[in-house]
Amino acid sequence: MSEFLLEVGVEEIPDWMIEGALKDLEKRFLAALDKADLREGVTTRTAATPRRLTLIAEGLAEGQADKQEKLSGPPKNVAFDADGNPTKAGLGFAKRAGVEASALEVGPDGKLFIERKIAGRPTTEILAESLPEAILGVYFPKNMYWTGKAGPRFIRPVRRIVALLNGSVVPFEIAGVASGNRTFGHRRLGQSELEVSSVAEYEKALSENGVFLSADERRERISSGAAEALEAIPGAKLRANDKLFRTLVYLTEYPTVIRGEFEETYLDLPDEIIETVMLVHQKYFAIEDASTGKLSNGFIAVANLDGDPEGEIRRGAERVLRARFNDAQFFWAADEKKPLAARVEDLKAVTFQAELGSYHDKITAMRGLAAKLGAAAGVDSAVVQAADRAAELSKTDLTTEMVGEFPELQGVMGGLYAKAQGESQEVADAIYHHYKPAGQGAEIPPTVAGRLVALSDKLHTLGGMFRLGKIPTGSRDPFALRRAAYGIIQILVKGELAVSIDQLVEMADAGEHASALRDFLVERLRYYLGEQGHKYDEINAVLAASDAEPLDADRRAKAIAEVRPTENFVSLAAGFKRIRNILEKAGGVDVYAQKELDESKLEGGAERALFDAYQQLRRDVQSQTDYAASLQGIASLRPQVDQFFDDVLVMAKDEAVRENRLTFLAQLLREFSTIADFSEIVVE
Amino acid sequence: MLAWKSLQKSPFDMLTYQDIILKLKGYWAERGCVVTEPLDVEVGAGTMCPETFLRVLGPDPYKAVYVQPSRRPADGRYGDNPNRLYKHMQLQVILKPAPEDVIELYMQSLEAIGIDLSKHDWKLEEDNWESPTLGAWGVGWQVMLDGLEITQFTYFQQCGGVDLELVPAELTYGLERLTAFIQNVDSVYDIQWNDDRTYRDVRFADERQYSVYNFEVADVDMVWKEFALHEQEGQRLVDLFNQLEDPVEIARFPLLAAHDQTLKCSHLFNILDARGAISVTERVGVIQRVRNLAVGVAQAWMQQQHGAAKEVAA
Repeated sequence: MSEFLLEVGVEEIPDWMIEGALKDLEKRFLAALDKADLREGVTTRTAATPRRLTLIAEGLAEGQADKQEKLSGPPKNVAFDADGNPTKAGLGFAKRAGVEASALEVGPDGKLFIERKIAGRPTTEILAESLPEAILGVYFPKNMYWTGKAGPRFIRPVRRIVALLNGSVVPFEIAGVASGNRTFGHRRLGQSELEVSSVAEYEKALSENGVFLSADERRERISSGAAEALEAIPGAKLRANDKLFRTLVYLTEYPTVIRGEFEETYLDLPDEIIETVMLVHQKYFAIEDASTGKLSNGFIAVANLDGDPEGEIRRGAERVLRARFNDAQFFWAADEKKPLAARVEDLKAVTFQAELGSYHDKITAMRGLAAKLGAAAGVDSAVVQAADRAAELSKTDLTTEMVGEFPELQGVMGGLYAKAQGESQEVADAIYHHYKPAGQGAEIPPTVAGRLVALSDKLHTLGGMFRLGKIPTGSRDPFALRRAAYGIIQILVKGELAVSIDQLVEMADAGEHASALRDFLVERLRYYLGEQGHKYDEINAVLAASDAEPLDADRRAKAIAEVRPTENFVSLAAGFKRIRNILEKAGGVDVYAQKELDESKLEGGAERALFDAYQQLRRDVQSQTDYAASLQGIASLRPQVDQFFDDVLVMAKDEAVRENRLTFLAQLLREFSTIADFSEIVVE
Repeated sequence: MLAWKSLQKSPFDMLTYQDIILKLKGYWAERGCVVTEPLDVEVGAGTMCPETFLRVLGPDPYKAVYVQPSRRPADGRYGDNPNRLYKHMQLQVILKPAPEDVIELYMQSLEAIGIDLSKHDWKLEEDNWESPTLGAWGVGWQVMLDGLEITQFTYFQQCGGVDLELVPAELTYGLERLTAFIQNVDSVYDIQWNDDRTYRDVRFADERQYSVYNFEVADVDMVWKEFALHEQEGQRLVDLFNQLEDPVEIARFPLLAAHDQTLKCSHLFNILDARGAISVTERVGVIQRVRNLAVGVAQAWMQQQHGAAKEVAA
């Protein structure tokens, strides 16, 4: 079995980029094989540490298969003159085909042709040619150049390349680094020059030189190491954190767990601060009591080394943690000297956005918006009052030392300080959660007051930016306006607040860009519904009926998804589509929907039956608040609709009958398209 | 003072603060760096010194090491906080172009000051650097030693709005932190500066007095006037340079003096900021003014030293 080994040795790659880069490398490698017709039968696997991206392929052919190529040329009578001597055209073709004119043959179509064999090229040659591009093409979010501005770009400097096909070097070069057969070990636990001639030797060399090549192995080493370290503490458990786990797996080549402790007095700090210091800043796992879930005064660090026999690493980690907790205590005490309420004025000196003014301007606007949103959604006045207070204080934590040090705690600190300073629980909660939702599928603020504050914050940003014409285009969205708009939709829907998009747009005050803002919000609503798993035609049907209110649109979309699998639905949709087509050909739905219907002109039989069913159903649907039940009802019209089309000629000769019939159909269509526009449903 | 000293008696083999500085300078001197003394204008970071900011421009290789006192008025804590200083010392190494074994060289420098890397956890964690006021950015890491950030490692990509022809590595050692780590003390003020004196002995007055000045006493109106004067002088120089045609005049023109003016502006801006004296509407504009000056000087320098074509400053 043939084998190919590629290792790109790079200076420490940012941990969060590694998995994506590996996938991309694999994709580009396979694409290169594909292009050269070498992909078949090839299996690949990849692995990475912070310093190496490795790809191993098996089943590569030795080279491309030979190919027969047929080249056709001019007709015989053009290529040769009457005497049988080659003309200019004939000679030209012979030259192109690389043969003597006498070797040209004539095909059944009377044209000259030549068949020739194209020898396949050896795989090593193809790889040598395509690998530099495949490697340098790997996507990273922020590249650099290192040999100078004319040089190649990559995430960090490429320092070593191993490329071996069945033990032989595949020769190429990137930025002056020639591929070879030498890998390298861990910076302190291994040799820096390790000659290898096979995948097996490569893997062995790394494992003997301080490198766990497999991310799974490193992960396993961390989790079993942590479990072992915690055996000494009864009831202790690692506070799970997948993101931190992955970070540590890709920050180390030889992960070793180290357990440390800090003074219990620091547990008086809020958990949010302790966790931010440990997880985010120090990348240490927190330890909790398995039964109560409370934080304990221990932590788990992961070193990139084989051990800590003298406890140096543990002591260092403990000291750093102590210093940071000390800072946090210092900040808390300093911040307490000036309550949030006394910081509102200070916000005049904190810029929100150059053209939109200060954070003081922002909270003033937010308070107005929270009141309007509360009124629009029919929220209790006590809750609106809490939201008003929360909005007023919401940004004051930006002036605290703690948020200066831990910007990721903005909002959270405001909530904690508000609570400590005697604001009501409702106000404190609303401040605490007002940056939510953090992204797709993230939780929204848990209280109504918090939702109003979060909505007003996002709406103020959106309105202001649109007013300035700073509208996201393509992938450019520097102010994260898509996320803000998506957050608004999520809060309205999941928080069950019935506020319409037009109301939002009016409140947002986007000036001349109001309609762009409306489109932007509808677009996010469409995206949200898609993320909920609705099919695109269902979303079209819902939004074509009405895009006025996100909460309502979500309910209607759910109803369609529920009713769609039932027996009549799709056929009825086909019937409705037919009705719409007829009406559009006849001049448009709107034209007829406005006309007066004359019941006496309806024919007996199928038309009358459909009308009677329509009349009955209309009352049911109007009194029905359950969209799914209404849709079920409408779907039950199917037999009458089918019968109608079987028996009745819509475009009757008699103009009065025809007009009346079209009017009936337009009204039926209009009446039953308020939940969803059925004609948007794709019928297979 | 004496009683306190006796508690802190350190073993003889422990490196003092000044030992560490001398050893690091010696280490890098042996590797070809020009050893210079600090720039005598207030700066917020060693990067702003001409030895870095101007030397990284253009095609000429350069290697330098220097200790730069770095003043950050807003970070002052009256000498009360064990880790935060108004003026801290950065040991700045510039290697242009960055050698292939730059990381190994850096690791050996740690071993040169007695850190046994086989006993300590050493990691490079992504940390990119950007200075809007200097029109400069780079990518790199923060160097973490047992969880403590001891060095900023940056591959410069752009400076003064100019793409760099040779990519330099900039190593910025935080000397106080590094020494506190090596001496195993929790407060920078407990660092042994030499065998007799602590950091507190040498620097406490600076920390307290400058905190008082920056937060309480600085005459805001006067600092604004100073800012305007330095900006005016800097801009005047750049404008004068941009009018020159005669190569001899261009070659002798005092752009370094114009750079000093930029640094003055930057420092005065920091004082005003610490004082809370810069209003919302002013802030962005003031940063832009400093940036214009920095970019103007960098581009003029490119013309003067490296014959770059004249450009309209951004």
